[in-house]
Amino acid sequence: MSAPRPISEDDLQAYVDEALSTTRREEVEAYLDAHPEEAKRIGGFVADRAALRAALGAIAEAPIPSELGLRALIEARRTRQAYWRPAIAAAAVLMIGGLAGWTARGVVTPPINGVGALSREAADNYRVYASDVHRPVEIGSAQKAELVRWVSNRVSSSVEVPDLQAAGYRFIGGRLVSTPHGPAALFIYDDAQGLRLAVMVRPMRVEKNTAMSEHAEDGLSGVSWATDGIGYSLVGPTPSAELHPLADDVRRQVERHM
Amino acid sequence: MDDMIRLIEPSIPSLRRYARALVRDAAEADDLVQDCLERAIGRWSQRKEASDARSWLFSILHNLAISRWRRLGRRGREVSLDELNEADLAERATQQDSVNQSDILRSLAALPQEYRSVLLLVGVEDLSYAQAAKVLDVPIGTVMSRLSRGRARLAQIMANGSATQVQTPHLRRIK
Repeated sequence: MSAPRPISEDDLQAYVDEALSTTRREEVEAYLDAHPEEAKRIGGFVADRAALRAALGAIAEAPIPSELGLRALIEARRTRQAYWRPAIAAAAVLMIGGLAGWTARGVVTPPINGVGALSREAADNYRVYASDVHRPVEIGSAQKAELVRWVSNRVSSSVEVPDLQAAGYRFIGGRLVSTPHGPAALFIYDDAQGLRLAVMVRPMRVEKNTAMSEHAEDGLSGVSWATDGIGYSLVGPTPSAELHPLADDVRRQVERHM
Repeated sequence: MDDMIRLIEPSIPSLRRYARALVRDAAEADDLVQDCLERAIGRWSQRKEASDARSWLFSILHNLAISRWRRLGRRGREVSLDELNEADLAERATQQDSVNQSDILRSLAALPQEYRSVLLLVGVEDLSYAQAAKVLDVPIGTVMSRLSRGRARLAQIMANGSATQVQTPHLRRIK
């Protein structure tokens, strides 16, 4: 029979957590019998762990308050969405009407333009495509070159796919999307938890170079900016403070390619 | 939807306990859990089908707690040890028990947040080391070293705490 494996600190911790196999537990017990100092230290850990569980046990046994009832939360969410949907549609109609009015008057700069409009378009497209479980992208990451050719051609500029791997987001693919300012490229990423981010890219007619601006609405945040006539917007369901470093990285990559 | 309820609901008591142990105030803790559940419902379709719901929920809650700390930290309003409401935490305890229980909770509260989270997720919520690593977004090795150091620190704080209690009457007599 081979000599037993030496006991590690990890084994001792796993002993405290009752996470060892029977054989290994017996080996650890034999070790502790032979080493009273260690036995005392580990015994203290076992006692503290039990005390913590006892002290906190009551909270998990208490009945769940009705504010945390899942059915009610799901219902509340539906009601909220149903309530906003006609309002958004009405706002869109008003905006189109307003835009037509302004354009008819020959006003040069309509109010919905620039990076503000870009952010909104990116958020809208995120809601439609990135939240689609089964088919978020038209062309997957495997055909990246084809995707780049296609969208570059349609937005009439050379577009590169930003790499967010360093931040833990994998590129899953992209598609061409429509905006009131013409076609735009939408690239979609996800992380290990399945959280999706999107980067939208389109040419800018006004505000061709701007600093980064953050925006957040209804659970979606974004960071948008324009460099040399191309607008970029990074959107995702995480706080914009968390998106900002990623946006900085995308901008660095874009500037490197120029 | 039934699938979602079936997979989320069993974790709610654990989520409440973890939130309460982290933020101490009962109402704030439940607000955090409510936020967590709302997000989970909203992002259910984005969740990886194969990923386990329990650690996914804990990671949402944990990240919410972290953002809350950052927010409070910026305003400089950290809850101090004295504000710790032991009666609140140990509602159903007997009197003798509640002395020991408030000791352990007070000591836990004195630990740096990295250690506290690991001790709670692994020691109380029974997450595996791999699940805890996923929730905290660190390698398993880091979970193991935080567990070892956190337990040692907790034991030290407990030991110092009871030492102070023994000394207190003595000091009073001198004064």
